[in-house]
Amino acid sequence: MAVKDHLRTLRLAAWLGWQIESNWARPLIFLTYSFIRPIAATLILVIMYLIVKQDVASEPALFSYVYLGATFYMFVSSVVFGITYVIHADREHYQTLRNIYISPISLYVYLIGRATGKVLLAALAVIISLTFGILVLGLPFDLLLVDWPLFLLTMVLGLACLIALGLALAGISLLTAKHSTSINEGVGGLVYLLCGAVFPITVLPAWGQAIGLTIPVTYWLELVRRSLYPGEGIELLGGLQDFTDGTILLFLLVSTVAFAALSLVLFRSADRVARQRGKLDMITTY
Amino acid sequence: MAPAIEVRSLSRVFSGRGNTLALDNVDLTVEEGELFGLLGPNGAGKTTLIKILCTLLLPSSGTASVLGHDVDADAKQIRKRINMVSGGEISGYGLLTIRENLWMFTQFYGVPGKVARERIDSLLEAFGLQDKADAKLRTVSTGQRQKMNIIRGFATDPELIFLDEPTLGLDVSTSIAIRNYLREWVRERSGRTMLLTTHYMREAEELCDRVAIIDRGRIVAVDTPAGLKRRVGSGSSFLIETTPFDPEPMRSLPGMRGMTARPADGHMNIRMVLDDESVIADVISSIVSSGARVIGLSKNEPTLEDAFMHLVGRGLE
Repeated sequence: MAVKDHLRTLRLAAWLGWQIESNWARPLIFLTYSFIRPIAATLILVIMYLIVKQDVASEPALFSYVYLGATFYMFVSSVVFGITYVIHADREHYQTLRNIYISPISLYVYLIGRATGKVLLAALAVIISLTFGILVLGLPFDLLLVDWPLFLLTMVLGLACLIALGLALAGISLLTAKHSTSINEGVGGLVYLLCGAVFPITVLPAWGQAIGLTIPVTYWLELVRRSLYPGEGIELLGGLQDFTDGTILLFLLVSTVAFAALSLVLFRSADRVARQRGKLDMITTY
Repeated sequence: MAPAIEVRSLSRVFSGRGNTLALDNVDLTVEEGELFGLLGPNGAGKTTLIKILCTLLLPSSGTASVLGHDVDADAKQIRKRINMVSGGEISGYGLLTIRENLWMFTQFYGVPGKVARERIDSLLEAFGLQDKADAKLRTVSTGQRQKMNIIRGFATDPELIFLDEPTLGLDVSTSIAIRNYLREWVRERSGRTMLLTTHYMREAEELCDRVAIIDRGRIVAVDTPAGLKRRVGSGSSFLIETTPFDPEPMRSLPGMRGMTARPADGHMNIRMVLDDESVIADVISSIVSSGARVIGLSKNEPTLEDAFMHLVGRGLE
């Protein structure tokens, strides 16, 4: 299939994704929800932090570690699980999956396009959460001290990794029915636990740390913190202090490429099995 | 020239709690330009066959090719040139308008924007849906959603279209309009092929150049509607109206080919195909001995329903 066909698919799927993500309510309700949701999500963790540490000023690096991890984890929940939910929704709710499947487009590329809307919404949520953290909670931040090239490169690789992870899970969702949401929750919990989302992986047992170091999300979150935190010391918290930014970036690149390849193989295998078993148009929950 | 559809020794088994044989060693050829019907009761295997042909499902064994391409190895080649619509289909994105839904699907097939817009407008008018074109799909009726899906199938101008029970659940006037459109679509476009499944005898009889009768996963017969009716033979199709009774024991009468019994207005209408008209005497004796009364008896020209009963031994219901 020609590149222009894939680009057209990406554009159409992104348009469709944005329509679905943004048009479910009136604009005012949508905007209100968009502001409240990320703040509510991060506040839960902030309150837990305050209960333990009493204030945020005494250990700014630690607070930034927790707050930035929790904030950027929103990309994981939104993008990774959002993509898998596309399979569930298109197959059972909109009942369009079979029509899309028998059309000449690549389902894999279509799902990447649908992820675009979720990336945009997650980015909006992250910006709101960061702004709230800086203005209300005193999160240390300085626009001039942000390592923008590192941050942007990290985000590109990190999002590619999250989309690859989402596509792998989408492949599994092709073979499952309503259980796919349980799989999402399970994988989400593991990523949260093993990748240093809110606490350093050094507190995990050796086997947990070993698994965490194979998942690109660990390196992505570490680099996000290092590139955004204005002072020094945050690199000492995550358990990766022996590695330079460049080395971690290399780890992120290699693990992302490996994840993407694995995701493609897994998705294609699942696609084949789904076609063999007649799972592409099954209706189980609606 | 390769046939539009060629199926050889095709079987499909669904695994689960006990295997279900949905298609059993099916052989079928549909030529380019044909309006071909698959006629069979619910669960006969019609939809399974269509799903395999439109690359949604893989066969368990045997081969199937569509427009010269194997459904397993060359699915991508097939998908560019086909489309499918299922009867009763209400799929679509409720947050988009009817026009947006249709436009998006034409773009998946790479139809140029101007051509797509003109074709969508023309189809919306043909199906009487132009007033609803800019309504969100979630706001329209089920019948209008069904119509939109039929338009979706034709908006990509496929070389081969699969229609699985296209008029299922639609009102009479809409069904007639759709049948007229289907007939014109094939006639006006040289080389376009349509595979239509239905359990409406009249639909198959009105529309199809040839009909395959499918029952329990097997193709029982393939012929023109006239050819299938000729197999029944004249003088052996009867309609008997009786007072209510249990007609089931009559199925085992010698010379009884097939029978359907439907209650109507406190009576029973029994349609039957017999080996020859002499069998009717035994049928009437059986009715009378059951305590029922014969209200009316007529001998009919064979219909496609009679042909189905003749071949399968029962009606389509």
